[in-house]
Amino acid sequence: MRTIGIILRKEFRQIFRNKTMLPMIFVLPFIQLLVLVNAATMDMKHIKMVLVDQDHSSVSRQLSDKFTHSPFFRVTGNTISQEKAERSMLRNKTDLIVVIPRNFEKDLYRTGKSSLQLQVDAINGMTAGLINAYTSQIIGGYNRELVASNGQNVYITQKPANIEINYSFWYNPELRFKYYMVPGILVILLTIISMILTSLNLVREKELGTIEQINVTPIKKYQFIMGKLIPFWLIALFELTLGLVVGRLLFHIPIEGNLLLLYAFASVYLVAIMGLGLLNSTISQSQQQAMFVNFFFMITFVLMSGIFTPAESMPHWAQQVNVLNPLSYFMRVIRMILLKGSGWHDIQADFMGIAIFAICSVSLATWRYRKTV
Amino acid sequence: MREFVGFVKKEFLHIFRDSRTLIILFGLPIAQILIFGYVIRNEIQDVKIAILDESHDPVTREIKNRLLTSGFFRIEQEILSPSQLEGIFKKGKVREAVIFEDNFAEHLKSEGTAKMQIIADASDPNSANMIVSYTQGIVATYLADINKQVKAPMVIEPRVRMMYNEDLKSAFMFVPGTMAMILMLVSAMMTSISIAREKETGTMEAILVSPLKPLQIIAGKVTPYILLSCINAIVILIMGYFIFKLPIRGNIILLFAETILFISLALSLGIMISTISGSQQQAMFISAFGLMLPTMLLSGFIFPIENMPLVLQWLCQILPPKYFITVIRSVMLKGTGLAEIWKETLVMTGMLALFIGISAARFKERLQ
Repeated sequence: MRTIGIILRKEFRQIFRNKTMLPMIFVLPFIQLLVLVNAATMDMKHIKMVLVDQDHSSVSRQLSDKFTHSPFFRVTGNTISQEKAERSMLRNKTDLIVVIPRNFEKDLYRTGKSSLQLQVDAINGMTAGLINAYTSQIIGGYNRELVASNGQNVYITQKPANIEINYSFWYNPELRFKYYMVPGILVILLTIISMILTSLNLVREKELGTIEQINVTPIKKYQFIMGKLIPFWLIALFELTLGLVVGRLLFHIPIEGNLLLLYAFASVYLVAIMGLGLLNSTISQSQQQAMFVNFFFMITFVLMSGIFTPAESMPHWAQQVNVLNPLSYFMRVIRMILLKGSGWHDIQADFMGIAIFAICSVSLATWRYRKTV
Repeated sequence: MREFVGFVKKEFLHIFRDSRTLIILFGLPIAQILIFGYVIRNEIQDVKIAILDESHDPVTREIKNRLLTSGFFRIEQEILSPSQLEGIFKKGKVREAVIFEDNFAEHLKSEGTAKMQIIADASDPNSANMIVSYTQGIVATYLADINKQVKAPMVIEPRVRMMYNEDLKSAFMFVPGTMAMILMLVSAMMTSISIAREKETGTMEAILVSPLKPLQIIAGKVTPYILLSCINAIVILIMGYFIFKLPIRGNIILLFAETILFISLALSLGIMISTISGSQQQAMFISAFGLMLPTMLLSGFIFPIENMPLVLQWLCQILPPKYFITVIRSVMLKGTGLAEIWKETLVMTGMLALFIGISAARFKERLQ
């Protein structure tokens, strides 16, 4: 026990002595949290659109007004030349072109049907889908108005059947994207910090040769590993706390569930991640190598964790591979606890999963760490 | 010149000696493209739902049938009372619940209106929104089918054309983004670390006292990485073209020229990072937090810049990846020429000059 205490003292002294790394550990992640949460937003606000009104009728004007007054669209240009509008899309100045063709109004009153053309810049399929949805809403609304104001002219034989749909969004009724992003980005930052710190620490001692000095002491393998894990584990838990405070005060994220449960899960999760970091540093020869292995796994883990896209829409085999992705557990659980108030009963399967992961990764790291050369 | 060749050879040896890094360097882009292409999906598909249906009549059966055969939804559980909902939502087992009122078909027939309720788990707000609108869409189609004889009196039909990407393939988004990310990683991070390492281990002093000029040292350091980055860029483009059928609509020479411009930009950024950081760890932290996450999130790669708060929009303007992603999307996918993207090109060139200037100044200072 005393040995571990001494190793801990050495590690802490090393961490706090390094004046250049301290701000990177404690300040950078929070700048990241502030910036990235605001950056990662899918709330469409200013869809740049160009109106090509070739009809110049009262209907086309009414419809144009609908777009001008919508908070989602910003009409950046009015032209009658479709070619001109398309050129502006080519220059990335326009996301949406609405073409109202000649005889639009005439067709509508004569045949009861008229069509207009929407051109969406679809290179980003996700936003293209949203733009299309918003546009359809506006046109749908205008359709209903048309029917309401001109209905008496039309002979209706029978009242159409109707299904009234009542919908509600649970756990996030205003659909705030930030509630979803803050926990996710917090998980990523915690993971990056703890993985990088642990993996670089040991390999740095290797590079500098100080590991040899430790190897010749009577320190046991498990004591050494504990000494490497505990300081970063404490730092990471401290950062989680700071992140939650920032999230609560600045982004007003709800904290529905039990915080103790969250910390319990986070503690085990961090052990799992740090075990991986240590394992990485026992098999790497240089910091550069360790860092690249880190990057490879971090990027893969992050993309598959379901932070930007729902993990459930991944193909079945990928979801099975995801059992090996520690980030996917924490990503799921932190959102469940914070947003939905899920309890122990709801997350116990994930808890067991990450616990097994932690045991495996730490024992692998301990086993791979060789005191002999 | 002979000294220079020798120095470049040394750098290559450094890189090729470390086979694990090399594997990752080339494995990373391939793995990433494949993950993006085959694993990450935005579409709603096989969403698990719960259904509460006490009517069990032909109408509800038909609607259920349509929901489940659409490919968007999969039934996880038939529930008997709304009180069960809280529990299954908290477990995260289902993402949507569809509730039909009692005697659904009868209400529809006698009163002309029946009620149903959709409850979505909005802890993921965007997909909740999409799930609900898909469900509404399916019900609306059903209604339109049973109301066929009742004609809507007046209707405006939008005809949608998805420009440049008819099938809304996600590859159009991620190939340019991945390319920016990988090039940033290889060029900026690798050079910054490799220079910081020489400083840390003290071998930099040995190089400095050699007859090599400072410019030669820097050129020698970056030459291997230019090569590696070019190979990576070509591999990504080839994979995009053959596996994901991405078109190359613009001028391929322009595309390469812009790519090389971006690679040089990233390399100069790497050199600048190494001149301001004292250790490898520091260089890595700056690269990881300062380059990787912003390239992913502050470049318009996934999240459009227009939606961000104004301050962040300005921040995006001073980060290089935004310009490269705009350029590569325009040239490759839209087929634009230099006339439309000269501004971005100019900004990147300006940044390149700035970074080189700063690094040169810092480097000289060190020499004195």
